[in-house]
Amino acid sequence: MKILTGNDLVSGDVIWWAGDGWSRQVGDSVDVGDHGEDLARTEEAALRVVGAYVIDATVTDEGVRPAHIKDRIRALGPTVRPDLNLKPNDADAGNWVI
Amino acid sequence: MYRYDSYDQSIVDARVEEFRDQVQRRLTGALTEDQFKPLRLMNGLYLQLHAYMLRVAIPYGTLSGKQMRKLGEIAAKYDKGYGHFTTRQNLQYNWIKLADAPDILAELATVEMHAIQTSGNCIRNISSDQYAGVSADEVADPRPWAELLRQWSSFHPEFTYLPRKFKICVIASDDDRAAMKLHDIGLKLVSKDGVIGAEVYAGGGMGRTPMVAPQIRDFVPEEEIVSYLEACLRVYNRYGRRDNKYKARIKILVHEIGVEEYKRQVEEEFAHMRELGLNPPTEELDRIRAFFAAPAYETGLSEAIDRADPAFALWVDRQVAAHKAPGYAIVNISLKPLTGIPGDASAEQIELVATLAEQYSLDELRVTHAQNLVLPHVRKADLYAIWQKLDEAGLAEANLDLITDIIACPGLDYCALANARSIPLAQKIAQRFADAERQTELGELKLKISGCINACGHHHAGHIGILGVDRKGVENFQLLLGGSGAEDASLGQITGPGFSEDGVVDAIEKVTDIYLAERTDGERFLDTYRRIGMKPFKEAIYG
Repeated sequence: MKILTGNDLVSGDVIWWAGDGWSRQVGDSVDVGDHGEDLARTEEAALRVVGAYVIDATVTDEGVRPAHIKDRIRALGPTVRPDLNLKPNDADAGNWVI
Repeated sequence: MYRYDSYDQSIVDARVEEFRDQVQRRLTGALTEDQFKPLRLMNGLYLQLHAYMLRVAIPYGTLSGKQMRKLGEIAAKYDKGYGHFTTRQNLQYNWIKLADAPDILAELATVEMHAIQTSGNCIRNISSDQYAGVSADEVADPRPWAELLRQWSSFHPEFTYLPRKFKICVIASDDDRAAMKLHDIGLKLVSKDGVIGAEVYAGGGMGRTPMVAPQIRDFVPEEEIVSYLEACLRVYNRYGRRDNKYKARIKILVHEIGVEEYKRQVEEEFAHMRELGLNPPTEELDRIRAFFAAPAYETGLSEAIDRADPAFALWVDRQVAAHKAPGYAIVNISLKPLTGIPGDASAEQIELVATLAEQYSLDELRVTHAQNLVLPHVRKADLYAIWQKLDEAGLAEANLDLITDIIACPGLDYCALANARSIPLAQKIAQRFADAERQTELGELKLKISGCINACGHHHAGHIGILGVDRKGVENFQLLLGGSGAEDASLGQITGPGFSEDGVVDAIEKVTDIYLAERTDGERFLDTYRRIGMKPFKEAIYG
């Protein structure tokens, strides 16, 4: 599947296109098919996102998983600061990106 | 320390207000990201992997307690409670909101700080020796020249759009603690027949094409240093490549046209500069120099250090260096706790170090390119009290220049350019070699990790260097041996095929085993490597 990601213009937070808006959770991502580039342009023009780009991802038992490690780290947060990533109660969360 | 005059302050204040307007225009859509990006980068604001990142300049790595306290306050108020000290002696905040950036810069301006020239193709923040002014072996304090160059280079209209970024370092000792020869231009202050001047090195750097800078002049009198650098920059600005960013640094120009031809052109330009009479007035250097006059050290202080506490004694032996003034010492504060993140400090730790600087170090501290901190003026009688406070705050690691004193870039945990994570690897290595006796047995061993070819972690200059690469979406690590950023500068050589994260830790252990088996009395790891070469290490690693 193709999913769309970028950073919130104001906060800089990593965000994922969820179909009807943006989410902080990669698991909310939806397949944008061939419309990702158009969506990125529209959303950037609306000042809701900066640096939007389309990536490959798959759906696994744990939810949507970006194909590349860089995007998996973007999805999780820094693997060396479990207190600051999106799975603060999971000591092994860093393994998810490998 | 240098203090802003009204001109310095008005420049910085005006820049804050200019950026506030630019941010507002971006937030209302009057500026597109393409239009805004170069403006935010000129103010140190990057868009990184997780958020906006703000890089704050710490000129030549020198800070007052008040400035350090402000850095801690900003970390607590605007970030997630910590900051990251970099190999450029700067500080980075990882979680900045765009709308907050002008307020942060305004707060920095209240303590004479800014984020100017921490990005872009300009002359970047000048770096220097963390022992400047307190080392017995320097010919002069290099910081007045660094400050003069800061003023000369700030918003220099001719050098605001260079072919590529440009890094200058100034030192004044035979011992190079600042990786001077790995800068675009390195200056080493020397004394010749009683006159202060500089040896000049040009075309060094790391990145994808590492080079040790060759000397291009053995002496430039102090009053002509700025003019000579102007000539160096002019030749680079005219002929440096703008068609390919990977070949745009001055090192490529010097390499492609040759050192002799570059020197010839610089001398030609320098002769022209002399005719123009553009040397800064000596009164200005004298004015700046007065800010760096040696403080009024107390006399009659005791040289004794009570070493009854063994943990304290271990720390003193490793972290405390000789000071030029009797009864004083230089304290190195490790930002490399064994399970921590190299260079990171919490807001509370930053606040503590600010307080220690004010109470015990004549209100001054330094940041090192090895991502540690220094209290430069400490009475020996105060060492135990300082150690106790550092220990309570998790800052009393005794590992300066040992294998666990690892330089590591933020890597793929934070950096949008990185290919692999540096920090988890640094932590694994630190834990493998955690035993204090084992570290001491290995002695000076500088280990440096970069998460990509841009080499922010100085891997080329590590006695042991590690470069993270992306191999079909999987992190892989190349191992290098034999680099040095010191006065004996050299570039590390790749051992061979790369490793997984665990594999490279095992390989390092084999490398250190060979060193222990082969070394002769007094040899550091680097000395042994240089004597016996790569072959035995390679055989041990790859079998």
